[in-house]
Amino acid sequence: MHPAPSVILFTVLSGTGYGMLFLLGYGAATRLLPPDMRFGIAAFAMAIVFITVGLLASLFHLGHPERAWRALSQWRSSWLSREGLLAVATYLPTAPFAIAWSFFGLNAGIPAVSGAIAGLLAAATVFATSKIYATLKPIQQWHNSWVTPGYLVIALMSGALWLNVLLQWRGLSRPTIAFIAAGAAAVGLAIKICYWRSIDTTPARSTPESATGLGAIGRVRLLESPHTQDNYLLREMGYRVARKHSWRLRRIALSFGFFVPCVLAGLTAAFTGKLATWTALAAALSAGLGILVERWLFFAEARHTVTLYYGHRNS
Amino acid sequence: MGLVIDLDICVGCHACAVNCKEWNTGGHSAPLPDHDPYGADAWGVWFNRVHSFEAGEGADGRTVHFPKSCLHCEQPACVTVCPTGASYKRAEDGIVLVNADTCIGCKLCSWACPYGAREFDRDEGVMKKCTLCIDRIYNENLEESARVPACVSTCPVGARHFGDLGDAASPVSRLVAERGGYDLMPELGYQPVNKYLPPRAPKRHAGSTGSPAQLKPADEDLSGAGLMLRWVDRLLSR
Repeated sequence: MHPAPSVILFTVLSGTGYGMLFLLGYGAATRLLPPDMRFGIAAFAMAIVFITVGLLASLFHLGHPERAWRALSQWRSSWLSREGLLAVATYLPTAPFAIAWSFFGLNAGIPAVSGAIAGLLAAATVFATSKIYATLKPIQQWHNSWVTPGYLVIALMSGALWLNVLLQWRGLSRPTIAFIAAGAAAVGLAIKICYWRSIDTTPARSTPESATGLGAIGRVRLLESPHTQDNYLLREMGYRVARKHSWRLRRIALSFGFFVPCVLAGLTAAFTGKLATWTALAAALSAGLGILVERWLFFAEARHTVTLYYGHRNS
Repeated sequence: MGLVIDLDICVGCHACAVNCKEWNTGGHSAPLPDHDPYGADAWGVWFNRVHSFEAGEGADGRTVHFPKSCLHCEQPACVTVCPTGASYKRAEDGIVLVNADTCIGCKLCSWACPYGAREFDRDEGVMKKCTLCIDRIYNENLEESARVPACVSTCPVGARHFGDLGDAASPVSRLVAERGGYDLMPELGYQPVNKYLPPRAPKRHAGSTGSPAQLKPADEDLSGAGLMLRWVDRLLSR
């Protein structure tokens, strides 16, 4: 699948923002996070900017951005519609919660409840994003049970890493947040390894033989393409990444996206002062780079069954 | 309603694809864009494309021309993934259509279609697809015999059939039953309405004409030839 920058940016940025919001919601309700005005303002601003910029980036992917509101209508069948509704709904409890908690230090009663609801909606939005991909049967690399856990854990990890940066910056070190980040990175690492092992070893469900129904005659190969130049289908879905590049990029994604953040986030629990802040920042930036590569690969390694009609064999 | 495509008969002339383009660039989803059509990087939207495949090896191998358009599936994931409801399947005839006035151009339907039936019109920012020529098959301004999809009307060899595949007694349904018509990628469960008829088994015998199945070389036996001819044969065979 063509790795469109707008969609990669959307899933990475909004995933990070929703991860932050999830932790803020439950961190405030359980009093894990301290009601500190500067931390609160910075954390909510960052989460909302990440989410909003991500959502706007996804609009650039549309042929008619001005009609985007129509996408809220088909929630009964479409995960994309559900994602849109959940994304909009998440803003509603976030606003009172952010104001009450940041400016008035309220972490009980209605602010705490709205924070918990915002956290739940944030998690549900990331879940819906992952289901858009995981329910597409023509793309075996997405129709895979590791996809949804991957999206959820990466969002949690990215959110925890940035909250850790802000906490360290304000001198409000909370080892629990650092450990959540490190733990999510370790789980994320394991999930991605399982995911790649799964897509590498699962035989292709559909083949040129099943796509044409000519398997009874023998092995099927393309003699002549219907057109001489790439059409929409090949530009959108015919993207292929060379296997040797794929392996190198997987190693980059695993190292920068999960291993380095896991170690550095763990270390911030032991460090204090500026060293802790810079270490936390390095962990978050490393993860950001690694997850961009991971998300690029998620698209570039995905193979659509339409390519079977163009001489590809998706195994 | 749907199509039955006979892969035994199709000669791969692309007339169906061309007539489809011609009709539909003035029809329900008009226009179908073309960019740089005679240049090095031609790009355009087509609803019907003819692929050519080779299947099998050697004398058992076949060249099969394979027209492919929307299969108007019974389980159209392109419709269920659509966030706006612009993609829909009509209850009365099962035709899958796109409402160009409400499509937001998110392209998700084209990802959800395993067959590549949908192509994005980047000029209009909306998705386009085969309409089964709804503007022909119900068009009372056309003669009754012309009320078939453009691809069917133009096929010079009669490889394309149009009819009611929901009615087991219809001519197309009977054709599918007789010839062992099949679904593309049945493993994905989309239950396409359009069916493909497999190429018939190759003929190994010449049948009732009395001709030999294979011609024998006539020049192997030189015993009856004279000295001169044998000498010429040796000279030419060197």
